[in-house]
Parts: sequence; structure tokens; C-alpha cells
Amino acid sequence: MDPATIEAHGLTADEYQKVLDILGREPTLTELGIFSVMWSEHCSYKSSRVHLKRLPTEGPRVVQGPGENAGAVDIGDGLAAVFKIESHNHPSFIEPYQGAATGVGGIIRDIFTMGARPIALLNSLRFGALDDPATRRLVDGVVAGIAGYGNSIGIPTVGGEVDFDPSYAGNPLVNVFCLGVAKADQLAKGLASGAGNPVYYVGAKTGRDGIHGATMASAEFDENSAENRPAVQVGDPFMEKLLLEACLEVMKSDALVGIQDMGAAGLTCSTCEMGARGDAGIEIDVSLVPQRETGMNAYEIMLSESQERMLLVAQKGREAEVEAIFEKWDLHAARIGEVTGDGLLRVKHAGEVVAEIPNRPLADQAPLYNRQTSRPEYLDDVQRLDESALDPSPDLGRVWLDLLCAPSIASRRWIYRQYDHMVRTNTIALPGLGAAVVRVKGTDRALAFSVDGNGRYCYLDPLEGGRLAVAEAARNVACAGAQPIGATNCLNFGNPERPEIMWQFAQAVDGIADACGALGIPITGGNVSLYNETEGQAIHPTPVLGVVGVIDDASRVLNRVFPAADLDIVLLGEATGGLGGSEYLKRMHRLVRGRPAPVDLDRERALQTLLVELVAEGLIGSAHDCAEGGVAITLAECCIDSGVGAVVDLPPVGSQDGLMATRALFGEAPTRVVVSALPGTRDQLLSKARAAGVPAAVIGRTGGARVTIGVADEIVADVGLDDAEQAWSLGLTRHFERAAS
Amino acid sequence: MKFAIIEFPGSNCDHDAYHAAKHVLGQQAAFVWHKDTGLAGADAVVLPGGFSYGDYLRTGAIARFSPVMETVRQFAAEGGPVIGICNGFQVLLEAGLLEGALLRNRRLKFLCQHVHVRVEQTDTPFTGGAQVGQVLSLPIAHGEGSYHTTAETLASLEANRQVIFRYCSQDGAMQDAANPNGSLAAVAGICNPERNVVGLMPHPERACESALGSEDGRVVLESVVAAVAA
Repeated sequence: MDPATIEAHGLTADEYQKVLDILGREPTLTELGIFSVMWSEHCSYKSSRVHLKRLPTEGPRVVQGPGENAGAVDIGDGLAAVFKIESHNHPSFIEPYQGAATGVGGIIRDIFTMGARPIALLNSLRFGALDDPATRRLVDGVVAGIAGYGNSIGIPTVGGEVDFDPSYAGNPLVNVFCLGVAKADQLAKGLASGAGNPVYYVGAKTGRDGIHGATMASAEFDENSAENRPAVQVGDPFMEKLLLEACLEVMKSDALVGIQDMGAAGLTCSTCEMGARGDAGIEIDVSLVPQRETGMNAYEIMLSESQERMLLVAQKGREAEVEAIFEKWDLHAARIGEVTGDGLLRVKHAGEVVAEIPNRPLADQAPLYNRQTSRPEYLDDVQRLDESALDPSPDLGRVWLDLLCAPSIASRRWIYRQYDHMVRTNTIALPGLGAAVVRVKGTDRALAFSVDGNGRYCYLDPLEGGRLAVAEAARNVACAGAQPIGATNCLNFGNPERPEIMWQFAQAVDGIADACGALGIPITGGNVSLYNETEGQAIHPTPVLGVVGVIDDASRVLNRVFPAADLDIVLLGEATGGLGGSEYLKRMHRLVRGRPAPVDLDRERALQTLLVELVAEGLIGSAHDCAEGGVAITLAECCIDSGVGAVVDLPPVGSQDGLMATRALFGEAPTRVVVSALPGTRDQLLSKARAAGVPAAVIGRTGGARVTIGVADEIVADVGLDDAEQAWSLGLTRHFERAAS
Repeated sequence: MKFAIIEFPGSNCDHDAYHAAKHVLGQQAAFVWHKDTGLAGADAVVLPGGFSYGDYLRTGAIARFSPVMETVRQFAAEGGPVIGICNGFQVLLEAGLLEGALLRNRRLKFLCQHVHVRVEQTDTPFTGGAQVGQVLSLPIAHGEGSYHTTAETLASLEANRQVIFRYCSQDGAMQDAANPNGSLAAVAGICNPERNVVGLMPHPERACESALGSEDGRVVLESVVAAVAA
């Protein structure tokens, strides 16, 4: 094999030597292609595996940890929540609509492959600044793509988050989370076993689309990236809907042995992984694979990433049952081979062997790198913030309105109303009001989820940023009244071959591991997306956490809306720290500086436990955490959604300078939640908080048509609800619609 | 009574209609596969929402050729109550059981939100329990819901009182701002001249429980229960 071909397949000299060792001979071109995709960063996690081992993955509720198509946790009543988050960053930059759409299709397949009925989608998006027309085009395409796929297949997109920062201009992030529900003892597995059992291929025909998609997702972008467009696949949600229904029907029968979707690296990855998991061999003849183009060779068929395809192994002798179910859905199950006892992945083309690779080494002996890490030089500079050098803003009311209108904070309605968020009639918390909540029909329970991550915090302090992401996602779930019970993560970083990036990665993983451990939330799976760089410029390191919680009594679920006037407003938690890393600093002073206020995980756990209790006992009428923009934005959001104003007074924060009030309003200290006490419950609420060791203070009352904030009994900001609502509701829309409807 | 819920490939609100009929209203309900030619002895037919056949051609354009549609046509001809919701409305239009067409929403975006609709007529099996002028809060979720037809057809629909639901403001006023998709004459739902076939874009089956934000859709399904019992 000539070095140019090897290099074109993204294999290093050492990796190629390993191929030679495993095969004991030179590979064929098809074999080289198979090794290339299986050992790509995207499929093998070769740079990240060594770090991911540090994540806590076990707990009493874990039914399925990392290693399968998705993780699963026990939610009671014999049911499991099956969920995972995955990125589709690179394809979405090249072709926003199809990139995002196929991202949705891919994660849905991961969930129903486990035998779970998908019931909810969420997404976490990052784009450049909205004043760039190219960014607006990306946002428009990505949102339309997510909507186009999710709406058609009939799985509600119930929530998500989005942020805008120039660091993502050349590398948007599209992370999609899907959750399904299955019987806990009937999860399907992606394994092949039982020599002689038939191997079926079902779904869309194979074309030349997406060949080397996994390899593309494992390289940086340059000015020629647009030429990669043919490597982006085209989604067909109708085909996937048929596959979803047919596969769930097949799984009800014990005629099925194992099943796996063909995602990244297509037929290669599914055959190899199923064989490796079952310690079996698989022999297929690619000429039997349904093809939509003529003249495809084995290399192309094995590496195609055409969408909406599944591989399954059935019990020998039960073929007719399986085939009949697919026929009902107008799908043709093509028998392309069988399970063997020799542990080899044997690929034939019209009877002739074109690849023969031992399955286990191919899957399990992928390269593993403990790449060099080094603390980036930029950190010392950006972590220094001299608040005394900041000019205090003279009118905090104006600042408040300006922040409400910031794309990072403003209403997301323009986005979420493009998503069908109600189909399946389980959505009991509409988008935009806090964590997403869906009920589980047939039980009294509901599931709450939140996806969160703050790239700015991680850029300034990746360890703390990792901790903060876990804490915030879990806190949002707890605000709905749900107990966080499991998490999935999507780790979006730059080029791991650069020691500074690898250091960010390692630090963020440590932070996530630390927080998940302290809060008792196991990670059951996830995804790593590296090489998020364009022309050497990396994105802010952006770990995104998806946390799942369960609430036993769905009728108790809360959102952030103040339910009435004349209620006491209570702030749980205490303001600490300064303005480091805040949205205020970024928007008003154009500074991304300082360190984000650290999270005390013991306090965080106490706060979240208290919240779940307060909701279960019906003591509070709303709950909303303090995040970007601080307590001032939290209060405004509680008021805008309800049409009920508020008058509050906050203690000053920090040293006695001109920024005391600014820090009180816009500082982003974590572990704080604004709740409203229901009539007559205030004292009980405060005493429960005291017993739990959670600081709690009555800061004001709901009512009126204005939101008024004082600091130490002096009014510092006072805005009409109408003005606040206008700023907040137009912040995003104004970039996309000339006249808002 | 018994509802038949037709399942086309790509239907995705079939389970929602089933849940509302069976578990909320406590009636019988049966799924009817589009290749079937019977209606399982049902008293009323629901064509549910979704993306039948992916709606890649024109919404509902392929579903109308499904074998079950001939049975539905016959059931309707005999006076049986038939309701098409969202994609089901689109299928009824393509099948010629109702008149007009549905175009892309005026801002060309899919819209999922609660809207208000005014009940215009109560002499259909699906609105008998409502009051004329009653305002319902119902969700919409569609990309192609802008009702359109010729001036002559609209005039005849109006003359025959076949416009059953119109988009309106919270207090029942007709306003352009309350018309989410740009429908002609703010039409949200119509019936056939015989009044037993009704199609509408909003989703009453998604608004049958307070936990989901509105119970206003119940009157549509409860009306047909009462009509069948009468």
C-alpha cells in the first residue's frame, strides 16, 4: 500500500503498522477504508477515551451505561428512560438544513435501536454573532432542518438552548438530545450471536453519499471545506418513521437477536460492532445490499453513510415473521449474510472475498492516545479582571432592558415555535418556561430534562465550566420538581493534537466528573466532537450536559411563571463573587474576562434536594434559577411570562464601590433559585430551607405592572412589564423578521 | 361509541387521537390500517395529523389513494361523521371530500403554538355541543395550513354556512394578527355541504386535558359522541 493512500485515509504510520500486525498481511483497499473509519476520532474516541474513564457511570438506577447505542436509567414502574446526546457540528456547517436534520435522524435511531419509543427531542446550538448574515443563514437552516425532521417523524422537540458568540462563527455546534421510554427488562442490544443466524439490512438504499463522513468529522476545516458537500447525507424522515414503527414491532417478538443503526461509518461500524459485542463473526455479501446507484464497489458500500438504515440479526427459522413485519410497513428486509463462529468480519462482493478482518481487534484495539496537555497561555491574561477599572453603568434599568434583548438571553419563541413541541400529547411544560417536562402515559410520573453548557465559562476556566454545566442542567431539572437521575454529555472542543486544547478537554472532564460525583448523577453515555476549528481558530471549549430527572407526581410539576400577585418572592442561595465571565461584562463592556463564580457542590446538592421537596409538598408556586444575566434577568423572566410584576430588594454584593448594585443584579453566581411562596407557606418554606442549610431570604412580593429592583433599600432599576416584554420578545426575532407577527 | 382512527404511513397524531378518544373521553377507539377496507364497526372516523407518505409531493396527495379512503368515502356518503385534523384535513381536500386547498403558511415557517378559533356553526356532528361564537384555545402545528380557494367557492362556502371555525383573537374578534398562517377569510375549518365531514387545521385532540394547557378541544370530540348517541 503506498504511503499517499494510507495518508489519504487519515492513518498514521504507527496506526498502519497496527493494521499490518492485526491482519498479518497488507490490507486490501476495502480493508484500509474499514480501518480508516473505525479508527477515526469520531468512531474510536482515540484521543478522549483515556479521559472519559474518569466520568462516574454507575448508580443504583443505571440500567445501561456507556458502550451501547444509548444509556438508560430506571424511572420506576418497570420502565427505563433511554437517552443520549450527539453532535452534528461539521455537517451542519457545510449544509445547515441536511446536517441538522440528519443529526436528529441519527440520535432518534440510537434511541429506538435500544427498543425504546422516542418521546422527546432537545437541542443545544451555538452560532457566531447574529449581525453576520452568514450566521443568520446558518441559524435559519439548522432550525428548519431540526424542525423538518422532528416534526415529520412526530417526535416533539420540547426544549433546548442556544447561544451566540464569535468563536462559533466558523464552527457552529448542533447537539441533539433524544429520550425514549422502554420496559427496563426488555432493552434491545446491538450484538450479533448464534452462528447461522441471518443478518438483515433494512431501510433506505445505499448510495455514494457520506462516504468518509466520519473521517471528515475528525479533521479541521479550511477554506476548501465547502467542497466536502457531497459527504453530507440527505435525511428522509418518512423512511425513518417507517423504520421506527417496524423495528419497534419486530422488537416485541423474540425473533430478534440484535439490532444496530448504521450511523457514522455505516455498514462497517454496525457489522463490526455487533460482531465484537457478541464475540461473533459476521459474513455479508455487499452485492445483496439494496443500492440506489449503479456500479458501486465494496469500498463504497461499506463506507457509505446513507441515512435511515438498520442492521439486524434474527433467529434462524423465524425469518418469515421478521420479513412480514417489514413488508407491512412497505419496507424490504434484505438478507445480506449471516453470523459465523470464526470472529471475522468477512465482506464478499458477488461471492468474492474483499475484506476479512478479525472483529474484536478492529473494534477493541483501536489506537488510544494519551495526548500531551499544557495549560494555555491565554488563561493568565483573561482570568485577570480588575473590576475597579470598569465604568459603572449609570442607568441599570437601561442595562437590564439591553440584556433582555441580547440574543443570548432573549425569548427563543422564534425558534421553538418552528418545532412541533406538542405531538404525542405528553408535553406538560411548554418550551421557554424552564426545563422541558413530558409525562409518561400509563404512570403518574413525568420526566424533566435540560441541556446546558456555557462555553464562555469554560474558555475562562474549563474545570469550573464543567462543574457549572452539570450544576445548571441539574438545577433546572430540580426547579421543575424532578430528581436528577442521569446525564449524558456532548463534549465539543478544538483540535486534540494541540496540547492546549487537550488540557481544556481534560480539565472540563474533571469538572464534569467532580460535579456528577458530588450530585450523584451518573453519565450513561454521550459523544465527543473534536477538531471544531476553522483555520486554526478553535471554538470556546463547550461541554454540553443533558440531565434527566424524574418526578413521581406529574401534577406537581412547576415552571418559572409567577402564578399570582401578592406572593412572597424568596431567593434560595446566596450571591457570591463578581462579574467575571458574565453576560453583563460581555454585552456592556465587550469583555470576556475574569473567572466565573465557582460552584460549591455541597451547597448545590442541598439546594436541589430542597427544591424537589418544596415542589413535592406543594409549598412553592414557581421556581427559576439564576443564570446568564443574573437575578435581574431571572426576575424579569418570571414576570414577563405571567404578566405579574414584582418589587424586590437585594443585598449589595462585593466591596463597597460603584458596582455593588451591578453585581447584585447581573452577577452570575450559581446555586441560586428564585421561588414564589404560595399563600401561607412562607414560614414553613424558610424553616425547611434553614434545616437544609440553604440560605433563604424573602426579597420582595409579586404584583403590579412593573418590575422594580432595589439594592439596600434604594431603587436601582425599574422597568414597565410592557417594555421588558418587548425587549425580550424582539431580541432574537428582530434578526429574522422585518415585522414580527 | 367507537372511533376509527385511520393510520397512514407517516401519520403521527394517530396515538394522540386514540388517547383522547379512549382514555380522556372513555369511548372505544380502534386503529384502522390504511390498507384495510373495513372500519372496525366504528361510528365516526378520524383522519389524524402527521406527514402521510412524508408529504414530499403535496400534503395528503398520496394518502388519498390508500385503499381505506374508498371505504371512508362510502361511510361519508351514508352520512357517517368524518373529521380530518391537520394532515387529515389535507387528505380530505385532496380526496375531494372537502373543497379548497392548503398552502404554505404566509411566513413560510412551520408554526406550533396555541391559537384562538371561533366556532361559526353548530349544526355539524363535531360542533353540536358548542355555542356559536364560542372561542376555543387550540394548538396548531403545521407548515402548510393557509386555506385557499376560488372566490366562487368561498362565496358558496359562506352562503351554505360551511365555514365552521375561524382564527380570531382571544375575545373572538377577527384580526389579521390573529390569523397565524394567512388563511383566506381566516378559515380554520370547514365542512361539506351535507355537514357530516369536517376538516380543520388546529388540533382538538391535543387540547383535551388541563395538564396540556387547554381542555377546549373536548367539545369537538364530545359533540360527535352526543351526535352518535342521538
